[in-house]
Amino acid sequence: MRFEVVLENLGLYLDGLWTTVWLVAAALALGLLLAVPAGLARTSRNPAINFPAWLFTYFFRGTPLLVQLFLIYYGAGQFATIRESVLWPLLSQAWFCALLAFTLNTAAYTAEIIRGAVIATPVGEIEAARACGMTPVLMYRRIVLPSAFRRALPAYGNEVIFMLHGSAIASVVTIVDLTGAARIVNSRYYTPYEAFLTAAAFYLVLTFAIVWLFRLLERRWFAHLRPRSEG
Amino acid sequence: MPELHGYGPIILEGAALTLAVALLSLAIAVALGMAGALARLSPLPPLSGLAVVYTTLIRGVPDLVLMLLIFFGGQMLVNQVAPMLGHDDYVDVSPFTAGVMTLGFIYGAYMSETFRGAILAVPKGQIEAAQAFAMRRGQIFRRILLPQMLRHALPGFGNNWLVLLKATALLSVIGLDDMVRMAGVAAGATRQPFTFYLVVAVLFLAMTSVSTLLLGWAERRYSRGFTRAA
Repeated sequence: MRFEVVLENLGLYLDGLWTTVWLVAAALALGLLLAVPAGLARTSRNPAINFPAWLFTYFFRGTPLLVQLFLIYYGAGQFATIRESVLWPLLSQAWFCALLAFTLNTAAYTAEIIRGAVIATPVGEIEAARACGMTPVLMYRRIVLPSAFRRALPAYGNEVIFMLHGSAIASVVTIVDLTGAARIVNSRYYTPYEAFLTAAAFYLVLTFAIVWLFRLLERRWFAHLRPRSEG
Repeated sequence: MPELHGYGPIILEGAALTLAVALLSLAIAVALGMAGALARLSPLPPLSGLAVVYTTLIRGVPDLVLMLLIFFGGQMLVNQVAPMLGHDDYVDVSPFTAGVMTLGFIYGAYMSETFRGAILAVPKGQIEAAQAFAMRRGQIFRRILLPQMLRHALPGFGNNWLVLLKATALLSVIGLDDMVRMAGVAAGATRQPFTFYLVVAVLFLAMTSVSTLLLGWAERRYSRGFTRAA
């Protein structure tokens, strides 16, 4: 084992760590923004609203993230209209394609989580909100969504971890994230163990940090469900 | 149907390889998962500790990183060990072998958590009753535990299978000629990447949809005799 190779390239790993963190954070934030309306659309009884959302989640949850990334990164250039459009300067960049693919992917999974959480709203709460004369918007804002987010939290924690792990494929389209840094070190020095074990350790720490963060959040959001402490 | 310029057959061959790799990995994952779950629940601390380390470490690291580690690292290891066994040629680990082993190893960790939960869901009295009948451990496992845990294991098993199936796409990165790589080859030659990756996406959708239908059927079958509220 030659871990001095890793120490010499620590800067590369730290840059990769930063790339992984902002890419995942941005994809999660944008994905969540998209997932709330998509998830609510999935609870609609109107097929014109439900079906497009169903198709979106069906496609993005039924195909590999890698194929989605390739469809955007390699696929977009196939069409002259896209190449000549104002979006091309963005779509021709690997980081944008990765961000777009990750955002759509996590949005699809999160939408189904939100759908499940909204459907599980106790009927009585909705009836009570209606009886108070709340408009649908007010009811969703004050009653349905807050309790749905709370119920969705544990499943969403898993989704965040899946997104972090899924983001490793950014390295396949030339992005130097954590995995990309490890691949560079491996190909430069031919040190697979050191290169990839280091990346694995970084991911492990990130994963534990996310688990810890969600445990903290759960403790806060579920505080009213905890048995009252003695005294 | 889009124009595939004669690349249809090799993509279908790739699809067959994808399915073969996924099913073989699944077999390894189920075996490792069962061993892992039993080890985790065993009263021997070294055995259960090993299982905890296995499931925690593997599930905390992206599958692509593990895949690259095992593919490149395993290649090196094999070639360090081979000369000691009197094997002087360079040994090439094929992407197929590396892929099946890696996916089996990774998803074994996920399966073991699923199976552990399923085993714990079987009422303790069932095991105690079997012990009272003087059944041997193998008999208890085969006749009492396995049939009853299946019902609890199926939903998690189904999820793991769907994730595993989609994870085979990553093997194209280490050079397996699966349908994703074949689509890449066709895309390079015809300059129609969107068309070919869309075909692959549709093939994956077909595989996941059929899996979902079969799993739903199996879940209904193994939940017979259990009433479901609402």
